[in-house]
Amino acid sequence: MRYVLHQLRLEQKIFWRNRESAIFIFIFPILLFLLLGSVYSSRITIHGTSYKSANVLLAGMIGYGVANTAFSGLAIALVIRRESGILKRLRSTPLPPRAYLTSVLASTLVVFLLQTAALFAIGRTLFGTPLPGHIVSLILALLLGAAAFAGLGLAAASLIRSSEGASAVVTVIVLPMAFLSGSFGPTRKYPALLRDIGNVLPLKHYLDIVQAIYLQGHEIWTKPGAIAVVAAWGIGGLALAARYFGWEPRAR
Amino acid sequence: MNAIAVSDLRKAYGGVEAVRGISIAVEEGEVFGLLGPNGAGKTTTVEILEGYRSRDGGTVSVLGHDPQKPGREFRERIGVVLQQSDLWPNLTVREVHLAFAGYYAKPRDADEVIAIVGLGEKSGARVKTLSGGQKRRLDFGISLIGNPDLVFLDEPTTGFDPAARRTAWEMIRALRDLGKTIVLTTHYLDEAQNLADRVAVIQRGVIIRTGTPAELIGGTQSTEIRYRSAAGEDVVVETETPTRVLAELTARAVAAGEELEGLEVRRPTLEDVYLDLVDEPAAEVAS
Repeated sequence: MRYVLHQLRLEQKIFWRNRESAIFIFIFPILLFLLLGSVYSSRITIHGTSYKSANVLLAGMIGYGVANTAFSGLAIALVIRRESGILKRLRSTPLPPRAYLTSVLASTLVVFLLQTAALFAIGRTLFGTPLPGHIVSLILALLLGAAAFAGLGLAAASLIRSSEGASAVVTVIVLPMAFLSGSFGPTRKYPALLRDIGNVLPLKHYLDIVQAIYLQGHEIWTKPGAIAVVAAWGIGGLALAARYFGWEPRAR
Repeated sequence: MNAIAVSDLRKAYGGVEAVRGISIAVEEGEVFGLLGPNGAGKTTTVEILEGYRSRDGGTVSVLGHDPQKPGREFRERIGVVLQQSDLWPNLTVREVHLAFAGYYAKPRDADEVIAIVGLGEKSGARVKTLSGGQKRRLDFGISLIGNPDLVFLDEPTTGFDPAARRTAWEMIRALRDLGKTIVLTTHYLDEAQNLADRVAVIQRGVIIRTGTPAELIGGTQSTEIRYRSAAGEDVVVETETPTRVLAELTARAVAAGEELEGLEVRRPTLEDVYLDLVDEPAAEVAS
């Protein structure tokens, strides 16, 4: 526990001091929310009910945010650290690997929670979005999302071979996924094929959960199917990571 | 008391034997050099000792531990300088030392370590602003922060300019003066000759010679006397009795009123011995 607190403080320092990660991981979803929130003004219909567009976009950005923070941010950071030899160097210290990974994941969660809080604050100030009702359900949903996408982020970090390729690879995965899942607007009018693809992606089901809680005022446990899909993706990611994650540089 | 005892160590990668039966003993407080060309098995051996790799055969004891099962107690007592590692670029020198100090039960004082490795002036500078030599000082600093008994240095100067190399040598001597046992791998002969108390020469996964640098040089070759004869031919005389040969040679030349052009008397360096041993062209070894 002493190790986890020490490393968590260090991880936070490293994250916020790196301008690239602070901007691309933390600010980018907020920036997109500002842009999309300013151009969408009409109402958006989801599952037959129409909502204020800013509310829908806010839910969408929570989904995009978790993919950006827990998946992209985590994967890029771990690949860079592995390839630069930091992970190998850390392994020769008494810091237990489990404590290290725990603190990295906790640090990712801290960033994601701050990002979500910032989205709610900005939404309320600029677009008049309501504050969330079911706080416990929302927090559980945020934890579920962070855990599942971090599992996928660990898998991506295990499979990506070089630091140079890392951000390109995760961007190519996350942007289309966010588009197909409805982070940037409703998918109701997409061609059937695109909707079918979206329907197997974890982000689509995650957005279902967030929308149910934030837009429809339901509790998280009204969405067991979506929870199962998101969790299954996360567990699949963890299984891949357990098989392929390495501490030593690969590209030499 | 041996800090490290290795007997018949073996390791293969996909059918290729990188280490083929190495036995070494490193005494407490000595600087032990593992010298050999690239691909000889130095890094594999050291990474097995550090606990990074499993072995296929043989017995290994490092500070009384089997590094194949590296527990926390083992990690507390070793320090490591890798061939290459870039630390967090946006942290300061002091922050990196404090970060690593947090991993150890009884760390040394960060400022004291920073002073030992000569980074006092750079304590508040971010890692990304450091020069190559300063980054190496940082690597040495964090290898010291846990106050280890044993420090592994894997090719600590490979790819360095001469100034950074001198810095690294100075660091290694500082570590020795602190009483640490040091295992150093290198493919530079002068480095082994200057720093190591004892050297094991490793070639294709086996140790072909062990001894102090003086022992490796002594007795293996005679002294070489070179000059150009009056007829313009290059003459090389190898002799066990250089004083007598030289006296005769110069007496004859003086009597004949000749000058021995390009007269040179040379003791073999470790380099000559090493090149004889590993039987490879110098260019390849230096690369």
